[in-house]
Amino acid sequence: MIQILRTRTPPPRPSPLKGKGEEGASGLNPPPPEHLSKGRGSAGWGVYRRALATLFRYAPLLILALAWEAAPRLGLVSPAALPPLSAVLRAWTSLLLDGDLAVNGASSLVNLVGGLGAGVLVGTAIGILMAWYAPVEIVVNPLIRCLYPMPKTALIPVLILWFGIGAGSKIAAIFIGCLLPVTISAYNGARGVEETLVWSALSAGASRARVLWDIVLPACLPEILAGTRTALGLSFILLVSSEFLIGHTGLGYLISFLGEGGVYDAMFAGVLTVAAFGFLADRLYLAAMRRLLAWRQ
Amino acid sequence: MKAPGTGNAVLAVLARGASIVALLVVWEIAARAQIVSAFLLPSASIVAERMVADAASGDLAGSLGLTLYRAIAGFALAASIGVALGIMIARIGIVRWFFDPLVSIGMPMPKIAFLPVFMLWFGLFDASKILLVAFSAIFPVIIAAWAATDGVDQFLIWSARSAGAGERRLLWEIVLPAALPQIMTGLQVALPISLIVTIVCEMAMGGEGLGGSIMKDMRFADSPGVFAGIVEIALAGAVLVKAMEALRRRLLVWHQEARG
Repeated sequence: MIQILRTRTPPPRPSPLKGKGEEGASGLNPPPPEHLSKGRGSAGWGVYRRALATLFRYAPLLILALAWEAAPRLGLVSPAALPPLSAVLRAWTSLLLDGDLAVNGASSLVNLVGGLGAGVLVGTAIGILMAWYAPVEIVVNPLIRCLYPMPKTALIPVLILWFGIGAGSKIAAIFIGCLLPVTISAYNGARGVEETLVWSALSAGASRARVLWDIVLPACLPEILAGTRTALGLSFILLVSSEFLIGHTGLGYLISFLGEGGVYDAMFAGVLTVAAFGFLADRLYLAAMRRLLAWRQ
Repeated sequence: MKAPGTGNAVLAVLARGASIVALLVVWEIAARAQIVSAFLLPSASIVAERMVADAASGDLAGSLGLTLYRAIAGFALAASIGVALGIMIARIGIVRWFFDPLVSIGMPMPKIAFLPVFMLWFGLFDASKILLVAFSAIFPVIIAAWAATDGVDQFLIWSARSAGAGERRLLWEIVLPAALPQIMTGLQVALPISLIVTIVCEMAMGGEGLGGSIMKDMRFADSPGVFAGIVEIALAGAVLVKAMEALRRRLLVWHQEARG
């Protein structure tokens, strides 16, 4: 899980020449082409070209949307299996106006923030303690290795037994799912802190607690933030799965309720809403992460 | 910071095993002391007995087989399509144009939300589960294969070309082996996702398997069954992850990482 974050930025290649693969292997957020970023001629022309480039980049999404609208209308697929996009958007509007989205969305958001927040705080603490105190590492590391590959969704039934079918079991599921990725990344980050920094702070008379707070924590912030991004993705999986299985609130519940009732245009609207939430949360998190790490450059 | 336990490797191994044993002992004592009721926390020995009984009656083999079949079939689909697509995205302009926005939007989306859609399209049985597993697991594979192919040393490609290699040989003998380490990393991310999604599908749609049997035990308030199921799933997950690591070592014997 941790690795994928690294795979997006491939290691610097030994080749001294600029090759074809040079233009941002990440592909996800390629820098704007040279001729677009430099304002040539009037500002209005640059904006126009940029808009055109954006349109070109996102055209595939437009094509998909058109295909979605056209396929059921032309009878290529049954409208029962795939309601046209316009019908889904209408259903979305009415879900929004009825307040269904707001009520269930708020419930989901509370669970997500509670579970993820607790997971990040506790995970960071455990990870740093493991790196800092050898006895903690010796006790905790084998447990983590043993529990890490376990699919955390399997715990949902036990959490229902323990915490009932309210918010508690969902928050607990998200917390447990987010805990290990953050712990591991904080541990790796804290182990990689430069020893000279720690020694010089200690020899300058700083207490161990102060060194942890002022030196170790900021130095392993990039790893913690990367681990938190993994945890964010997992938290959505656990949120939606637990809402499918437990209780009577939340966007996951709304989707499965609408699906079981056969209201498919509204069900698709719900699925798209959850998907959009997941996407937006990731993008907002990335933007926040860049700001938090701006001091490093 | 100092790497702990560098002194005595044997002691470290003992300590590692000891903490797992200690966890089991604490579990057993806590359950026997009735700190919480036996329903909420059945003792480790009762759960172990239940697992043995499951194994003896053949229930375990049946559920485990179904779950592994769904997880591995979905994973295999995701791996084969994902690697092919990732390489094509990296090397063919129009494919990159079409899939770049789709992949960048699809990657952070919670794919599990599409479960009702897959149920609607592909029914309640294996097809919908396997396809949802593949859909969930494919994005990390695509991104890994794409980044790996983009990162292949251009010198390798130029020298192969100038030595007269055709596109097909270039792909099989240069690009794929050079990209393999990173592709394997993507597959190692995708495998646990496959198992997670399989379990959720079995719990939400029914259809037996380990996830289905845990859910059934929960409905019958059979807590030893629930705990036994969780331990069985954890073991299955650990074995799959270890198997993938072994596969990586085997496939990358020639790579410098194997010597490190």
